[in-house]
Amino acid sequence: MKTTSSLLENAPVLLRDWATAFLPARARWFADSLIDIVAILAVFGLLFAFLTLAERKILGRVQNRPGPNRAGWFGLLQPFADGIKMLTKEDVVPAAADQVLHFLAPVVLLAFSILTFAVIPYGRNLVPLDLDAAVVFFFAASSSTELAVFMAGWASHNKYSLFAAMRALAQLVSYELPLLLSVVPVALATGTLSTTGIVAAQAGWKWGLVPRWLVFTPWGAAAFAVFMVSALAESNRSPFDLPEAESELIAGHLTEYSGFKYALFFMAEYFGMCALSGMAVTLFLGGWQAPLPALEFIPSYAWFAVKLLALLSGFIWIRATLPRLRIDQLTRLAWKLLVPLALVNLVTAGFWELSAGWQGAHQPLRWAVAIVLVAGPALLLGRSLGSGIGPRTYRYA
Amino acid sequence: MFGTGLLQGLAVTAKNFAGSFLVRERFVTTQYPEERTKLPEAYRNFPFLVSESHDDPLGTLRCVACQICEKECPPQCIYIEKSRDKKPDANGKMQIYPAIFDIDTAVCMSCQICVEVCPFDAIKMDQVFEIAVTNRFDGLMLDKHALAKPNEYFHSIHPTEAAEVDGRLAASRRAAEEKARAAAAAKAGAKPAVPGPPPPTPGAQP
Amino acid sequence: MNAILLLIALATLGTAIVAMSGRNLLHSVLLLAVSWSGVAAFYLWAGAQFVAFAQVLVYLGAISMVVLFAVLLTRRAREDFGAPHNLTTRSRFAVAAGAAVAAVLLWAVSRSPLAGSKGPAPTVTVRDLGRQLLGQHAAALLVIGVLLTLALIGAVVLAAVDSPDFPEDAP
Repeated sequence: MKTTSSLLENAPVLLRDWATAFLPARARWFADSLIDIVAILAVFGLLFAFLTLAERKILGRVQNRPGPNRAGWFGLLQPFADGIKMLTKEDVVPAAADQVLHFLAPVVLLAFSILTFAVIPYGRNLVPLDLDAAVVFFFAASSSTELAVFMAGWASHNKYSLFAAMRALAQLVSYELPLLLSVVPVALATGTLSTTGIVAAQAGWKWGLVPRWLVFTPWGAAAFAVFMVSALAESNRSPFDLPEAESELIAGHLTEYSGFKYALFFMAEYFGMCALSGMAVTLFLGGWQAPLPALEFIPSYAWFAVKLLALLSGFIWIRATLPRLRIDQLTRLAWKLLVPLALVNLVTAGFWELSAGWQGAHQPLRWAVAIVLVAGPALLLGRSLGSGIGPRTYRYA
Repeated sequence: MFGTGLLQGLAVTAKNFAGSFLVRERFVTTQYPEERTKLPEAYRNFPFLVSESHDDPLGTLRCVACQICEKECPPQCIYIEKSRDKKPDANGKMQIYPAIFDIDTAVCMSCQICVEVCPFDAIKMDQVFEIAVTNRFDGLMLDKHALAKPNEYFHSIHPTEAAEVDGRLAASRRAAEEKARAAAAAKAGAKPAVPGPPPPTPGAQP
Repeated sequence: MNAILLLIALATLGTAIVAMSGRNLLHSVLLLAVSWSGVAAFYLWAGAQFVAFAQVLVYLGAISMVVLFAVLLTRRAREDFGAPHNLTTRSRFAVAAGAAVAAVLLWAVSRSPLAGSKGPAPTVTVRDLGRQLLGQHAAALLVIGVLLTLALIGAVVLAAVDSPDFPEDAP
């Protein structure tokens, strides 16, 4: 395709090869990886900084006020001001706390969060690590971050932190299941667990106009919705931000952290959000592919960025709108709504794949059956979850 | 239906977001300190002393150091010392004036009791709130020089109240003048007409 | 013997030994988690990517949670996390039992016909793994699936049944 030879498209790879050209072949692999790591840290570090600013400004605009606009033109220097503040704060560690664990918790959390960035394809040839089982790697790394949450809560030597850490763990473990179950149909449909393979399987346009992204199928839309809700909960975002809300046991498992360590937890949360959004773009929204054939001249990493920013704006929009869920409401949502929906979605995806050969008049029938299979359980389960909500009955001793 | 509530909520926030750019009236933030909000007329914060003319604010204070406000102030933040001499006030009458008039704005709670009890409309509520200082012990103690402000200033911050006070003072002044004239006329009419200097007789030498 | 394999083996066994002989229960649990990730590193060294990631996902992500919850929910006081009073007797018995099991396993391994291959390890793609699981070993997979379903149903039933002594604990 003529687009793959465009300069803008190949610019990152060309730059990297130019920078490492003087090295011998054996060291070139190592230098390439190092450059990839530095690029990811730089890009996502800056994205994290400006995401905090964008969130505050968008939240402000939704609430009829400007966000921060004092620290530089339109508040653009605000993230750096916040960074300086975090760095210069005194690092208070309780004397009775477990010093080693208290120190290691943010380190472990950040390490595993950054590991998840390694398998996301950011552009046509821009995936740092092309693994055969990339999706499993991603979810393995993101589920190991839960250990750090426990370490933070336990090491603080504060019973409220411990309770909050256990609640946070309950939330994270409950939402792992719908997250993973909603990804299984994707593996079913594309026949591979490699992220580059999944993006390649979503190539092309139906009738030259509609992209073959998985989100444009009934089961794909449902899986995307379940994935996004679970991603919100996995990264402790509103409305699932019970573990870190100020009114809930102070700051939950983060109570005893101040200064830079708190900034590291914060950074890990945003990195988790970005990584899960990146994975959603890869699995459901066709990765770096353009939505129309005419728009292919725009480089692939630009499309990835546009889709990623759209999902992140969606996260911020949801935070601006919805109130926080209680712990029993969140776990009930996970186990009673999302897990059954994800399981039924698996059946729908299986039906969709098996009926891929239907022709002619059977196509609308296929769509109708799939939509009923997706919408029916959602409506029924939603109705049953919402019922029984009435005035509380009190039992007295 | 399941989920419509969420979508309606999202629509409300989206409308607010777009509205904050397109519909200026929704965006009610004033960029302090570049812009100031127009304070309501009845807003009050810390008292000040009214003086009749702005050329000589300290010399034309309405305050006669009666010390009623000092006694009535609940946190006792006013300190007054009377003068030893007297000065003519706006009506020409000789009155004592406050030699020292201190209000500790760190203590004052703007309850307006001093304004309510002043018989001379000498102390009124100001609207200052940007008087922060770096000295926390006596930086907020305002003395006579800082507290004396002209009547024009009073008109500019509380127009209705100032007009009412001016009207009342003018009316009382007129009433006093009327009374004085009536008393003088009564005095002139009660006594037999005291012959004034005899009219010069024609031809008499002065 | 590969240097990397030696390092991985030292890390895995070392942390396991420290975990088993440690005084603080929670430190032992976390060191055990490190040991499990050492096993995952071993799988990666051996070329079994999928199994390595599955090991991390299952052990570090889920089993460590289960162990931590079990430890936290059954200890009443912080003092319970220290070493029990009869630690030396217990550890002697534990070492003896562990040595017996290790001896049996080593005997079994040394008796089995494992030919040392000189070529590179075969790379097994996830697709091949899937085909094998659902082809040759489908029966075993189904049995394990039924077993897990039964366990899950049992757990749900145990959690959902109200105790007759405390009816107000019902959700």
